[in-house]
Amino acid sequence: MLDPRDEVAVVFREHHGRVVAVLARVLGDLGLAEEAVQDAYLAALRTWPERGVPPSPAGWILTTARRGAVDRWRRERRGRDKQDEAARLRGPALGSDPVEDLLDAPDIADDQLRLLFTCCHPALSLPARVALTLRLIGGLTTTEIARALLVTEPTMAARLTRAKAKIRDAGIAYRVPTADELPERLPAVLAVVYLIFTEGHRSTAGADLVRADLCTEAIRLSRHLVGLLPDEPEVRGLLALELLTEARRPARTEPDGRPVALPEQDRRLWDRNLLAEGRATLDEARRSGVAGPYRLQAEIAAVHADAPTAPETDWPRIVALYDALLALTPSPVVRLNRAVAVAEARGPEQGLAALEGVELAGYRPWHVARAELLHRAGRTSEAIEEFRLALDCAGSEPESAMLRETLARVVG
Amino acid sequence: MTHYLLAMYQPQDGIPEPEVLDGVMRRLAEVTDEMRAADAFVLSAGLHPASTATVVRSDAPLGVAPVEFLMSDGPFAEVKEQLGGFWLIDAPDLDAALGWARRIVAITSLPIEVRPAAGLVT
Repeated sequence: MLDPRDEVAVVFREHHGRVVAVLARVLGDLGLAEEAVQDAYLAALRTWPERGVPPSPAGWILTTARRGAVDRWRRERRGRDKQDEAARLRGPALGSDPVEDLLDAPDIADDQLRLLFTCCHPALSLPARVALTLRLIGGLTTTEIARALLVTEPTMAARLTRAKAKIRDAGIAYRVPTADELPERLPAVLAVVYLIFTEGHRSTAGADLVRADLCTEAIRLSRHLVGLLPDEPEVRGLLALELLTEARRPARTEPDGRPVALPEQDRRLWDRNLLAEGRATLDEARRSGVAGPYRLQAEIAAVHADAPTAPETDWPRIVALYDALLALTPSPVVRLNRAVAVAEARGPEQGLAALEGVELAGYRPWHVARAELLHRAGRTSEAIEEFRLALDCAGSEPESAMLRETLARVVG
Repeated sequence: MTHYLLAMYQPQDGIPEPEVLDGVMRRLAEVTDEMRAADAFVLSAGLHPASTATVVRSDAPLGVAPVEFLMSDGPFAEVKEQLGGFWLIDAPDLDAALGWARRIVAITSLPIEVRPAAGLVT
């Protein structure tokens, strides 16, 4: 049995994005909409535990928030300019539509897209976009976001305040991009959702469980995006990538929290349902014929998912997929991952050759990849040196423990 | 509608050859004409190099009449790229202002800072 207060939180989180999206359109003011939903949350905490959750929670929240917004607006307006009596009496443009109509209208999809594209406007910094998306669409509290993104609560609160002030003062329009703007604006949205996912994915277990929730949140946002933009193949590509990656979570850590590398994972632990949904989503993404970066990464994840055991992995196909990915996004990290695949397909010396010219000094995965390839190529003293460099880099403690063990074995 | 300052930043060396510069200025004038036609134009100015700037300041805190003023050779901040010119425009939202900024960037290949005005006195 859920604590009644937690139940209020869960219901609000579920409906937050939808209600804020509708209210922001009706009020024409995103900040006011968020504050009003926050007020409604406090009202729900007072009344729901006693009277129970109303039959239409979203309708209740919207009605309460809309009423609260009028009060709040009148209060603030009165303070600001007493002379403008007419404006004070008129109040914000609330419309008289019943809330059910507002929530069921076909416009709701547009409302939600408007909110998403506003939160992910490229004029905002990436950390600000991530925070706004989690707060306004995900309905997470500032405390939860701060904990998940490993910053202090005052830092996160300041980041959110600053981002909302920029939306208001810089005049970031509350609207859906036009069809010809979409190709430029969509990647900014997908980058935000994927960053939320990878933040969660990097977490392992125990104390990091809050961060793992970020993966669930990113998948929820992606599913939602697929519904809102069904014709965009990269949206499905991103969802497929997330599902196929998340499916491995149960095998990614030992019970004591230590990470398990992909080749050593017990594949029986992989989540069958997530894998099936991931494959089906990838199939849908393939129908467009466009292979964008997210779809290509999902294809790579699917090759791993299809291999019954690690040695049976189709490495030549993975190398080919990385070649295609590299052509679209020529980043050192992609080249690093490609080199690891090359080593599997053609041997460690070939892998080391593919690493030539990829300079990522201080980035632990790069040193680890080099160290392991050198070790496999029989170049032990170079491998030991490289493992030590890897240990000098920033990284999680469980990972460091694993590296020290490997190093001890290599030193023998 | 919001007023936006489009501030153009340019390196203090490496001014283009006169014939290149003429073409740039002509195309910028065309954009300004388009701004006028779209009712977006308020005013614009090209500035002399930052080396011609002078900074005036006083030690007196806010609300206290200064006893003396200090004058120094500018610019205010010694940075590689200095304000070289600006437009003040009126636009319905940030995207519209960014659209004008892109036009200028495409012509000058210089960065433009787009900043909303909190109020405007004319």
